[in-house]
Amino acid sequence: MTMLDQRPDSQQEAANPELERRAERRESWRGFFHAVPAYAYLIAFFVLPLIIVFVFSFASRGRTGRPILDNWNLDAWTKLTEPLVSTIVGRSLFVAALNTVLCLIIGYAFAYWIATRPKQSTRTLLLILVLIPFWSNFLVRTYAWRILLDSDGYITQIGEFTGLWGRMLFTLPAVFLGLLYGFLPFMVLPLYAAIERIDWSLVEAGRDLYASGTRAFLKITLPLSRPGIIAGSILVFIPSLGAYVTPDILGGAKTTLLGNFIVTQFGAARNWPFGSALSGAILIVMVLTTILYFRSGARTL
Amino acid sequence: MTLHEGAATGRRLDRMLTINGWLVFAFLYLPILVVIGFSFSGANNVGTWGGFSLRWYERMLGNGPLIHALQNTLWIALFSTIVATVFGTAAALSLDRYRRWVSKGTFDAVLYMPVIIPDVTMAVMLLLWFTQIGLPLGRGTIILAHIAFNISFVAIVVRARLANMDPAMEEAAADLYASRWATFRRVTLPLIMPGVLGGGLLALTLSLDDVVITSFVQGPGSTTLPVHVFGLIRRSVTPEINAVSTLMVTASMILVFASLAIQRRE
Amino acid sequence: MRRLLMLLAAMALVVAACGDDDASATQALADACTLGETDGDLNLYNWTEYIPTGAVATDAEVVDMLAAFEEDFGVHVVLTEYDSNETMLAQIEAGVGYDVIVPSDYMVSIMNGADLLIKFNPDTVPNLSNIAAEFTDLPYDPGNQFSAPYQWGTTGIGYAYGSIDDENGVSWGVIFDPDQADVNTGFISLLDDERETMGAALIYLGYSINTLVEAEVDEAAALISATRTRLAAFTSVGYADLLTSGEFVVSQGWNGDFLYSYDTASTDDYDAYEDFGYAIPIEGAAAWVDTMAIPSTVEHPCTAQTFINFMLGGFIGGELTNYNYYASPNAAAEEFIYPEILEDPAIYPPADVLERLEFFEDLGDFGTYYADAYSAAKG
Repeated sequence: MTMLDQRPDSQQEAANPELERRAERRESWRGFFHAVPAYAYLIAFFVLPLIIVFVFSFASRGRTGRPILDNWNLDAWTKLTEPLVSTIVGRSLFVAALNTVLCLIIGYAFAYWIATRPKQSTRTLLLILVLIPFWSNFLVRTYAWRILLDSDGYITQIGEFTGLWGRMLFTLPAVFLGLLYGFLPFMVLPLYAAIERIDWSLVEAGRDLYASGTRAFLKITLPLSRPGIIAGSILVFIPSLGAYVTPDILGGAKTTLLGNFIVTQFGAARNWPFGSALSGAILIVMVLTTILYFRSGARTL
Repeated sequence: MTLHEGAATGRRLDRMLTINGWLVFAFLYLPILVVIGFSFSGANNVGTWGGFSLRWYERMLGNGPLIHALQNTLWIALFSTIVATVFGTAAALSLDRYRRWVSKGTFDAVLYMPVIIPDVTMAVMLLLWFTQIGLPLGRGTIILAHIAFNISFVAIVVRARLANMDPAMEEAAADLYASRWATFRRVTLPLIMPGVLGGGLLALTLSLDDVVITSFVQGPGSTTLPVHVFGLIRRSVTPEINAVSTLMVTASMILVFASLAIQRRE
Repeated sequence: MRRLLMLLAAMALVVAACGDDDASATQALADACTLGETDGDLNLYNWTEYIPTGAVATDAEVVDMLAAFEEDFGVHVVLTEYDSNETMLAQIEAGVGYDVIVPSDYMVSIMNGADLLIKFNPDTVPNLSNIAAEFTDLPYDPGNQFSAPYQWGTTGIGYAYGSIDDENGVSWGVIFDPDQADVNTGFISLLDDERETMGAALIYLGYSINTLVEAEVDEAAALISATRTRLAAFTSVGYADLLTSGEFVVSQGWNGDFLYSYDTASTDDYDAYEDFGYAIPIEGAAAWVDTMAIPSTVEHPCTAQTFINFMLGGFIGGELTNYNYYASPNAAAEEFIYPEILEDPAIYPPADVLERLEFFEDLGDFGTYYADAYSAAKG
């Protein structure tokens, strides 16, 4: 990453329209320059391969799953309107939304606590300690939850002893417990990054002004940490929309979720055109929603 | 910075946050303790306790496919995390530090897509793409695939840090005639470091855990640990996998504390 | 619309360019191999821990097959693992150069239909003659031209003794019939697999597991839907361990998984076989065969055939069963199999039970009907 040894344009320069335009062009070039590695990479290894999915969604199903590139049709796309699809999508949206809210509530207090530790080294250490459990193995951790939640497990025993809950394994609460566990770091990391940056003298001034700590929090801290909330919610909501291993292992797969439905299309059903159309639809809807959101909010992340 | 603790939160609130913090840590480490505990069990399957034994550690060391998979996993995670963190951070800077540039809007949308797309779809399309352009499948293609989805995750976390950040410090540095590179290294990077660190840690975690994409774009001999474990759980989880996980957690703990100790001495 | 079509066609050309290796040239190479010839290292693509090697083999007290092959033939074996037939198919279709793969029965016919398999040269794989007569003429590959059976088994019911009435044999009714199954509500599991799960319901209803009649599939889906409330879970992972730990009392599953689990749950002073059993239901059950085959993407066709011949040897075949707890389709292997496995009707069912078994077949385009019906049944 070599940078040109150029000084930013001073006030006087900006007054001159010609120089201003030149400065703008230079700025534009630099922005593009920063994006080049990621941009080129994503075009080469994401956008171009994505064309394959796009093409497949209009092709017809082949015997091995790989579509036959002939008889172009809209069957896969019209299949999206079947009631089964909307039931599954609705249910998955509910699961993802509830999980996002849970992660946000618990993650915010947690990230706030880490971000307000006085020493930088403590903060870094705590942050890494959050991640270390996740460097074991996803399936092993989920299995450990199975053991904790099964009929002889401590959690079920505590519940039965206090009479508050019964058998946990293969229930909806077990699914949410597992999802919360799996996605909490996705919420904590961006929240931490955003909260840690807050200029606390502002909050202090706010406290002097509003007197109440709650109001100072609502008026100052919360808005300032908004980029973290948005980023964290995106990182939790979208992947949990497609989650299926946790619901399968801890919930017993008693309902079909979107993630599982798509995997089936590329797997046992060998219906790649429909799997492609489903993925394409998710991509289009999500990107449009995000763009509209930022247009209306007139704010970037 | 040292002042802000008292300023941000009252003492009572701070105590409650601390309690909550340790409770969350307990929640995060509870399953890990189960994993570690059963790794020392002499029983044949996880879930029953068979007395203290090191037999699974012994078997793990002699289990060629498992050790090979572990090595693959670590190399792939290391390479893909480094590249994705650098690319993702630069991408975040380009979007938040520069008001306007050609096709910025498109790039913004493209950057989100790898997060949105279902992993099995990404797996299928990358497999076809890699063979299409003639890349031999193996560790290399797994690394390429992991970078492709990790760039986005890193960029999103770093952008959460960059958003609304006051550029005054950087401008001050520039006014002092620091070069752009020096400004970046001395001012910008330290400021965004918590975001870069968070993004990098997330990328590492995602790479260490990916099953679906890896199993599609792998080639001869490049099976990773998650793919191996995913195949194993169909039948039964032996404490051997717990032993590997324990090893990974312990090793990362040691690495973290060692690097902290070194930092402190400096 | 026209422009869109042209664009699609252009993209299709790009996408279609891959694959299409010259299968006949590879076939000629394979035909030219001689007995015991090797032409490079072996790229083996197999299910996870389906072949004993390293400490896993030592632990199970069976021979390390990969090491033995390496020693006998002086080549190196590179093992790659997969966890589903469909992932394997996608990789082979994309052209990844594995030498030997282990597809299940229905996958053999799919791959064969797409010209993705190479025919064996019988002179190079003389041990094909070891295959038991029942396995030489199965519908997915008559005459074992493209595939050699590896292991076979059944999908039946594992259960805790005392939980169901098994005096006159076990019926699928212990899962599907409210009168028999309601007592075990919350402790029953079904596999999570559209063919297997739907298959059990179809058998209970008296239909074929390969039926192409929509009404029959719908009926099976409705039955599964009605059974949901009695189930603890639909799961294909770790169900046998959950049975022995008491989380389930009745489970649909593969025979080898149950027996492996009963074995690992047993200790010096506890015999899990006294508490748990496996039954092939009286209505019948699905059976499956996993096979060894050579994909058209093979890079070392001679080593591949030499390896398959090696695996079809009597001693190796016996050890494979001693390790996996699945029956061997290899007649020459029987003398090397532990007697307790040979005598176990759960692994080697008697002749009258064998007649009640049915193999899964590829359903072509009708497969999506099963997938959708199953997804809908689960709600």
